[in-house]
Amino acid sequence: MEKTKILICMGTSGLSAGAESLAANFEKELERHNLAGKCRVVRTGDRGLFRDILVDIVAPGGGRVTYEYVKPEDAVRITEAHLLRGEPVKELLAGEDYKQFFAGQMRIVLANCGEIDPENIEDYIACGGYKALALALSMTPEKVAQEVKASGLRGRGGAGFLTGLKWEFCRAAKSGVKYVICNGDEGDPGAFMDRSILEGDPQAVIEGMIIAGYAIGAGEGYVYCRAEYPLAIKRLEKAIAQAGKKGFLGKSVLKSGFAFDIRIKQGAGAFVCGEETALIASIEGRRGMPVPRPPFPAQQGLWGKPTTINNVETLANVAHIITKGAKWFAAIGPEGSKGTKVFALAGKVKNTGLVEVPMGTTLRSLVFGPGGGMLHKNIGFKGVQIGGPSGGCLPESLLDTPIDYESITRTGAIMGSGGMVVMDQLTCMVDMARFFLDFTVSESCGKCVPCRVGLKRMLEVLEEICAGGGRPGHLEFLNELAPAIKDTALCGLGNTAPNSVLTTLKYFPEEYKEHIEDRICRASACVPLVKFEVLEAKCIKCGRCKTVCPSGAITWEKGGYARIDKVKCIKCKACINICPVMAIK
Amino acid sequence: MKINLAAAKKLVGKYRDKKGALIPLLQEVQASYGYVPGEAVSLIAGEFGIYPVDIYGILTFYAQFYLTPQGKHIVKVCQGTACHVMGGKELLDYMADSLGAAEGKPTRDGQFSLERVACLGCCGMAPAIVVDHDFYGRCTIQKVEGILGKYRPSKKAKPGL
Repeated sequence: MEKTKILICMGTSGLSAGAESLAANFEKELERHNLAGKCRVVRTGDRGLFRDILVDIVAPGGGRVTYEYVKPEDAVRITEAHLLRGEPVKELLAGEDYKQFFAGQMRIVLANCGEIDPENIEDYIACGGYKALALALSMTPEKVAQEVKASGLRGRGGAGFLTGLKWEFCRAAKSGVKYVICNGDEGDPGAFMDRSILEGDPQAVIEGMIIAGYAIGAGEGYVYCRAEYPLAIKRLEKAIAQAGKKGFLGKSVLKSGFAFDIRIKQGAGAFVCGEETALIASIEGRRGMPVPRPPFPAQQGLWGKPTTINNVETLANVAHIITKGAKWFAAIGPEGSKGTKVFALAGKVKNTGLVEVPMGTTLRSLVFGPGGGMLHKNIGFKGVQIGGPSGGCLPESLLDTPIDYESITRTGAIMGSGGMVVMDQLTCMVDMARFFLDFTVSESCGKCVPCRVGLKRMLEVLEEICAGGGRPGHLEFLNELAPAIKDTALCGLGNTAPNSVLTTLKYFPEEYKEHIEDRICRASACVPLVKFEVLEAKCIKCGRCKTVCPSGAITWEKGGYARIDKVKCIKCKACINICPVMAIK
Repeated sequence: MKINLAAAKKLVGKYRDKKGALIPLLQEVQASYGYVPGEAVSLIAGEFGIYPVDIYGILTFYAQFYLTPQGKHIVKVCQGTACHVMGGKELLDYMADSLGAAEGKPTRDGQFSLERVACLGCCGMAPAIVVDHDFYGRCTIQKVEGILGKYRPSKKAKPGL
């Protein structure tokens, strides 16, 4: 008999809120009420919405009730009310925001995340897992690559190269030994879809890798995973072991005679290792420094052998394409950008989390649809940063841009891996440009001059501007140097690093001007330009600033204006960040 | 202080003759010593027949490796984009101040090391910090004092939730 499932979201957000003890409490309760024969606890991966612990009760018929912000001790009342008496616990029911977040999404890659137990291969198989592998093995390798090419699937890691074409190049390379690498070095700050896929549905990535291996003629695969993701590594290890036991990996995959095995390589903390040649150097045990292409990895990759490198999300699409067909996939999304894309929505937006939408959706419908609009109702939208350090900041006027590879590139940003950080009036665009350059400067491998020296010079200028030392000529300098670096740097890191500066200069020139000419930061973000004074004309006398000040610098009495004691103030900006009306400048 | 190299020797034996072994070997050395001691570098260089400078090249390239002993608890403050927008930098500055810790150096009592990390991949709960292996999301300056308190030796409270 099918059991009622209690799905408990064990993503980072759930785990840090005590999801493990909640699961244990549920198991205790089931035991106590003699329900173990009727219900089972399923520890799932991340569903993508950060709501502390999410719990779903799924009845055998499929009817489901979702609870959010559940605490470990709530297991008792949910069991007694819902499971025993059939009355849902009203206070914990997921609200409108939850529904809005999932409405309008099209979950293909994330379909299993938050629905199945990632540490149990049977759960994956029960949802149709590994059917694609059996189907692929009944086709010729050429046909498999063709099918993926015909689907129009493009790499989800950033560059957007046609996956099937990549496979065909590698297939054509003559060599007895070839490799498949899954790029799980999700280094873009602001992106976390690969992490959630690896943690929530590792078998889908493994299945994609095996199919890729079959298509190109490789016998061995590597998953290169960031060391910052220990849970993903642990789940992958388990998943690989289980797939091996089931005969999906090993000397003869599903007794077809095709041999394939997967190993995990742990990264050691270097953003540039997301670049494919640097990633290969890192697996080989060297400093992760890129080398010029050609030769492309498809001809000469790992240990000098032909190698295909695909991103986690790309590989997670493969099984769906094989089972449902290239035509099905190609019917989703506009010309040139097929399928769905997962975005990591974060920053000053109400609902933060992973959103999967068909390509061609506009930025606006993402931010104000699943995102639920701005976090603070009185502090308006300023921009959205997409594509990570290689991407750019786009203003409100571009919110109706459809999300596809070409349209996004035309704005000066890039699709990238899908990080999407929403910024409000409290975010300074000059500071954002400085932030990204600070990141790329520290992550530059130092091999080529434009990236090593050029980015550093740009950063110095931006730091001066943010500190109130901007001078005439600074903007001209940035405008001259940025394109030069774009054109001459060796790899993708340097080629795209100036994008954040170029897009902010293009779309938010007035902020640069104010910093340089008037020594004003309108967002009150650049500390040297902030006076830390309360504007009485704006202050609503709510006193929130007083409650968060860690140094006791703010005096406020009910009904009066807040005041900041400049001697005690440590300029931590806690008051600025909590003020609902931007009254502190 | 004299370093006992027995563990490092055992690990060298485990990774000898393996392809691309150097980085995983150094990761395991760090896992057992808490950092990569100079003595272990000399040992590995000798055993693998490579120059110590090549090993230092790797150690200084990747952010994960430490060349000096670290504090008992490692506090990582995320400086990713979402955390930056949500006040991660102010959080880092405040913690450096209140702990009296410089980046890369443990506090004087040896309890904490403070680090900035590029992104922890939990942008939905920004700003985030990790103490050892415990994640804390939506941190504020006031909240971090309580979090650090759980790890200070005087308090008997158990870490984590």
